[in-house]
Amino acid sequence: MAQLWSLMPQFWEGLRATLLLLAVSGGLALVLGTLITAMRISPVPVLRWFAAVWTEVARNTPLTLVFFFTAFVLPMLGFRAPFLLLAFVALTYYTSPFVAEALRSGINGVPVGQAEAARSIGLGFGQTVSLVVLPQAFRMTIPPLINVYIALTKNTSVAGGFFVVELFASTRQLVNDNGNIVIPILVLAAALYLAITVPLGLAAVQLEKRWVVSR
Amino acid sequence: MGGLAMSATSVLFDAPGPRARRASLVGSIVSGIALVAGAAWIVALLAAPRQSGGITLPGMFDASRWDIFLDPEVWTFIGAGVVATLQAAAVAAVGAIALGVVFSLMRSSQLPWVRIPTAVMLEFFRGMPVLLMMLFILLVASTGAFWAVVIALIIYNGTLIGEALRAGLAALPRGQREAALSLGMREFQSKLLVEFPQAFRQMLPIIVAQLVVLLKDTSLGYIVGYNEIIRSNMNNLASFFGNRYLFSLFIVTLVIYLTINLLVSWFARWLSWRTASGGHLTKDVGAAPGTADPTSTIRLMQASAAARQSEDTRHG
Repeated sequence: MAQLWSLMPQFWEGLRATLLLLAVSGGLALVLGTLITAMRISPVPVLRWFAAVWTEVARNTPLTLVFFFTAFVLPMLGFRAPFLLLAFVALTYYTSPFVAEALRSGINGVPVGQAEAARSIGLGFGQTVSLVVLPQAFRMTIPPLINVYIALTKNTSVAGGFFVVELFASTRQLVNDNGNIVIPILVLAAALYLAITVPLGLAAVQLEKRWVVSR
Repeated sequence: MGGLAMSATSVLFDAPGPRARRASLVGSIVSGIALVAGAAWIVALLAAPRQSGGITLPGMFDASRWDIFLDPEVWTFIGAGVVATLQAAAVAAVGAIALGVVFSLMRSSQLPWVRIPTAVMLEFFRGMPVLLMMLFILLVASTGAFWAVVIALIIYNGTLIGEALRAGLAALPRGQREAALSLGMREFQSKLLVEFPQAFRQMLPIIVAQLVVLLKDTSLGYIVGYNEIIRSNMNNLASFFGNRYLFSLFIVTLVIYLTINLLVSWFARWLSWRTASGGHLTKDVGAAPGTADPTSTIRLMQASAAARQSEDTRHG
């Protein structure tokens, strides 16, 4: 126990990197995903097509391969940056289509009658979108978005395989150094991940419930 | 209107007149040119020869970076990697569906001492990274890399499939179960013979979508040392032939993955379309309009929300 306790600084360091990855790539993915969604529902066919291709390609590429690209191929091409920065790029790219899909299904989930009613009482495009459609879409988007962020939390562990010292990487290091307490270390690491994902999951369930009642 | 007619956005603006159509055309042309220019810029950047320590290296599309693909033995090697990935995915898929069935039955059991520990266990497995699970199995059970990858994928995806099936079970109309019980079936018979087949069919698109995730996750084998496509192409081949081929090997690996995954994804979409048009249960599960969009998270969410509601009315 005392030995496990003495490892806390390394765990903390790893957890901090994981949280940093989650916050930064989560924020960037939200921006990029919103942009993709805007293209996806825009009246310009070329942009719609581009957004569809982006979503399809990014969703069907394994995260490991994306990380491989940012960690090995990009530097080979002459684009050098700290590995943490490259991990932000990889996670943002990989998460963006999932964010876009969550947002889009939220917008599609607003009954057509709502927009029709808004139009028929004389609201213009801007008013219909900002006053009627988006507030409803936003509410329906939150639970699936939370699920996207839960997945992102777990996905940050892949960065540990590509030179970023986050929770997974520091756990692996600790396990290598402390062969006598392998199981406690792994269980503690799992518990730290759960400490992030379980509250998020509970929040999603609560919001879902409210969303169902409001219909 | 055409392609957008099904979505809510088309009612947001009037049918476009000549001016709006012209604006849309101009927007299309401008953004099209921007996209093509961007793509051309990237291609030019890649094709340009580069300087490294005073030596000029050929560009990325130079034949000297691609000539290994003329060698059939390279393709044999790549094929071995593909087979290794598909093998792990196939074993894990069968295992995950089987475990998902067991989990869903345990999770929706009538007995609290089965149901509650299962729920806690599922929550535990669902919340941690698959990679950590692989490491755990690799170190604690000291299986080989193959089984570490496969078992972790079975547990993780089995949990998610189990959760989907449970939601499907709970969202069934109550009449199904009542009818089965009134025919004299036992609880378990009703579940296995009447409710489960319907739930399975209802949730099939979500299960197949989950199998795409499973297939993608076999690539985590790269990190724990299983020779799947990425490891065999990018580590073994690239270190054998030299860094020169890193880019071309990456492109080949990407194309292989995209081909496999897109085929499975389209199959999932086709299945979802088929069950959505033929399944009489759709209206119970997805009451909201706009479910033509087969986004699995949304479907699962609606199903689990419906499930929760029916549970509330049942127990409360």
